Amino acid sequence: MVIDESKMTSLAEATSREDVAGRSLWADARRRFFNNKAAIFGLGLLAFVVAFALFGNLLAAWNNSDIDYNVMGDATASAPSFANGHYFGADDLGRDLFARTVQGTQISLLVGVIGTLIAVSVGTVYGAISGYFGGRVDGFMMRLVDILLAIPYMFVLILLLVMYGRSIGMLFVGVGLISWLEMARIVRGQTLTLKNRDYVEAARAIGVPAPTIIRRHILPNLVGVVVVFATLLVPLMILTESFISFLGLGVQEPQTSLGALISEGAGTMSYGTLWQLAFPLFFFVTTLFGFYFVGDGLRDALDPKER
Amino acid sequence: MPLLEVNDLNVRFGTQEGEVHAVNGVSFALERGEALGIVGESGSGKSQLSFSILGLLAANGKASGSVKFEGREILNLPEPELNKLRADRISMVFQDPMTALNPYMRISDQMAEVLMLHKGLSKRAAVAEAAQMLELVKIPDAKNRVRLFPHEFSGGMRQRVMIAMALLCKPDVLIADEPTTALDVTVQAQIMDLLGELRRELGMATVLITHDLGVVAGFCERAIVMYGGQVMEQSPVDPLFANPTHPYTKGLLAALPRLDADRAMTPIRGNPPNMTGAPKGCPFCPRCDFVEEACADVMPPLAEFAPGRARACHRSIETIEEAAA
Amino acid sequence: MIVYILKRLAIAIPTLLVLIIASFLLMHTAPGGPFTSERAVPPEVLANLNAKYGLDQPLWKQIATYLWNVVAHFDFGPSFSYKDRSVNDIIAQGFPVTLTYGFLSFIAAVLVGVTLGVTAAIKRNSWLDYLAVGISIGAQVLPNFVMAPILVLIFTLSLHWLPGGGWSFDDPRFWIMPVIALSTSYMASIARITRSSMLETLSSNHIRTARAKGLPKRKIIMRHALKPALLPVISYLGPAFVSMITGSVIVDVYFTTGGIGKSFVDSALNRDYAVMMGITILLGTLTILFNLVVDIVYGWIDPKIRY
Repeated sequence: MVIDESKMTSLAEATSREDVAGRSLWADARRRFFNNKAAIFGLGLLAFVVAFALFGNLLAAWNNSDIDYNVMGDATASAPSFANGHYFGADDLGRDLFARTVQGTQISLLVGVIGTLIAVSVGTVYGAISGYFGGRVDGFMMRLVDILLAIPYMFVLILLLVMYGRSIGMLFVGVGLISWLEMARIVRGQTLTLKNRDYVEAARAIGVPAPTIIRRHILPNLVGVVVVFATLLVPLMILTESFISFLGLGVQEPQTSLGALISEGAGTMSYGTLWQLAFPLFFFVTTLFGFYFVGDGLRDALDPKER
Repeated sequence: MPLLEVNDLNVRFGTQEGEVHAVNGVSFALERGEALGIVGESGSGKSQLSFSILGLLAANGKASGSVKFEGREILNLPEPELNKLRADRISMVFQDPMTALNPYMRISDQMAEVLMLHKGLSKRAAVAEAAQMLELVKIPDAKNRVRLFPHEFSGGMRQRVMIAMALLCKPDVLIADEPTTALDVTVQAQIMDLLGELRRELGMATVLITHDLGVVAGFCERAIVMYGGQVMEQSPVDPLFANPTHPYTKGLLAALPRLDADRAMTPIRGNPPNMTGAPKGCPFCPRCDFVEEACADVMPPLAEFAPGRARACHRSIETIEEAAA
Repeated sequence: MIVYILKRLAIAIPTLLVLIIASFLLMHTAPGGPFTSERAVPPEVLANLNAKYGLDQPLWKQIATYLWNVVAHFDFGPSFSYKDRSVNDIIAQGFPVTLTYGFLSFIAAVLVGVTLGVTAAIKRNSWLDYLAVGISIGAQVLPNFVMAPILVLIFTLSLHWLPGGGWSFDDPRFWIMPVIALSTSYMASIARITRSSMLETLSSNHIRTARAKGLPKRKIIMRHALKPALLPVISYLGPAFVSMITGSVIVDVYFTTGGIGKSFVDSALNRDYAVMMGITILLGTLTILFNLVVDIVYGWIDPKIRY
């Protein structure tokens, strides 16, 4: 569950070659993407999950925090049923699992997207600065990345969560700050190549300031790789959050996430209440598949190589 | 009996965009000790032609037709049978010496494995012979440098290594696929001189694949001009250059820069053909100055018009020669 | 080669120091920590702490003491929550377990993953290739915390073949599920990376040269293709190792193996920072050492970066 850096580097090269840059790259990529059945399937899965998260509550017969005392603690009565409105059954506290899964999916998606935004922005800016200025600045900044990459981040994140309180905001930021390092490395490598291009040197020669060059000439060439990286990063963020929540160290009640729900389901499955594991797991797996397929599809569309 | 006889050779590649017809119905013969040039621009199918002879096509490539070596059919032989011929009887030098050598192995290991495989030499004897061969291709201090890795050599030196490696078993046929394209101009001349010297010394038949007419003129006795995967003209080198009989050959010669005449060089207009799908008519017709109606629909047959000379064109030789004057 | 190793060491050692010092500072400033005296710490523990760190000493002296203890004596000091146990005791108890199944999982992931990937690449588009690709896609969405409950559901609750938890060094039946749960997703990633890089290597020019030499296929793969094809796999092993260490926490918690992951989570819930620090530093050190080995192996394979 780590993004394959060599493929990302190959993609970065493919999307910033001079001969393919420009409109045709994106037009070709769109055509290839929409011809890719797995990618379209992934897009369908994502649409389904997002629709479920956004509009699921309209269908739910119960509120996610209400307790149905009729089914509480009763393994048979809390099974999925249309009769009592618990389409996905109820959890062991008697709360409606459908509404809980909608809530969990919302939070997981949110953590994934916000975490990714943080990781991608920090990584891109850091990498672009490091690569653009080069020399000693680059040496120092990249050495720092090397050092940080060797730290088992999950432990530090848990440490931070424990020390500074397990708020959901902390989780967003913490999860996001885990993954900017790879992004920074890829962006830096690409910036190094781009900055020696004639048009960038020309811009420098006529005195265009560095931030403008980075914004106008470097970043646009990175769009492809950033988009693909982001798409593949979202499921990793969701995994990270779920991991922490599975340990009971992440999202706190009454909030929930898919990881927390899977954890609860896994804890109670020996009583035969399998639906408590199955439904959250289904949405979890569907979400991950969706992002992976779309991410892979985007990458193959932008960097069409025999694989 | 010719040493190597190619008959109606076709090479196709299955791709997502459709079937690419890289080589279409090519025939030629190579006598023992002869030097044959195959000339064409990039994408004319000349490299794929050479790969198919030794069964080296990429996985999606398919060759059909006939290739006879010493009278024996070798096209699409099973891999173990082909392996007995490769490097031992028929050897290849590849275009790009930067990537054709294995960057993760010492030169000594890469060269020695050929001798150990085909000649059954011990490792030590094989390395010693490899070093000798490196001396033959004029690599200074060969005894020590044989232990180096490819990246420790310059481009020209690497191509010398490639050539030395191809010659280890003293093959009957050497196929050199653009051996100088990736090199500096000054180094190109050195490599060609070296190849010519070795050819005379070892008496190998050589197929030289190139887009460089100058190289062919200096090296080969006979040449085949290819375009769009088909043979346009075939002739001994001297008359080919003196009186080209095919519009494409003529165009190629006109596109050469010259020092002796004060006429400007004329490039051939248009772009190389798209090779996807079955060919129809003459592949050169969209770029030909002599095009007539039949050209678009019917590929003219390759017909002998003088001893050893053949051409594939609907227009008469006179028409084309007149235009030259 | 020696220069190269020394260069790698020159990165590894400062990384380690940074990790230790940062951990200590974090522990020192943590709200609710023993150093801020917000919390009622048992007097015996406080006495232990005083003896160990010299809380009346200036901060830099405390850091130096901690650093010296860790580096020279591998001594992580007393626990904050158990008055008669040191961090070392806790680690000594759990670490062998985690190390055992962690090592087995790593070996399994690499061996099975590489074999699967190479076979899939050689027998491209055969049923074996499709199977390998299918498995590796499927396993991407089955991280350890999803694998663990599913395995228990199958092998313990349904088939009653394997114990659902616990640990014994003498009985391999206790090892099976931890190893499968931990290794599956990495095995899948390794198989994917190996397959695609093997395919790319097999279509490279130097392989064509090897074929033109008349070498048999097996020799071409083993002598000429394997090394370059494994380079991306080797660079993946570093991040995979970190991720696996993290995953061991789930395994320790879910399978109650008694490994240090469980101690980590317990200490997180108890705010026993000393134990958290100790484990983080230990695993960080392991990661850094592992990355060092990876770098050396990489340099051994690729002569271009060796000098």
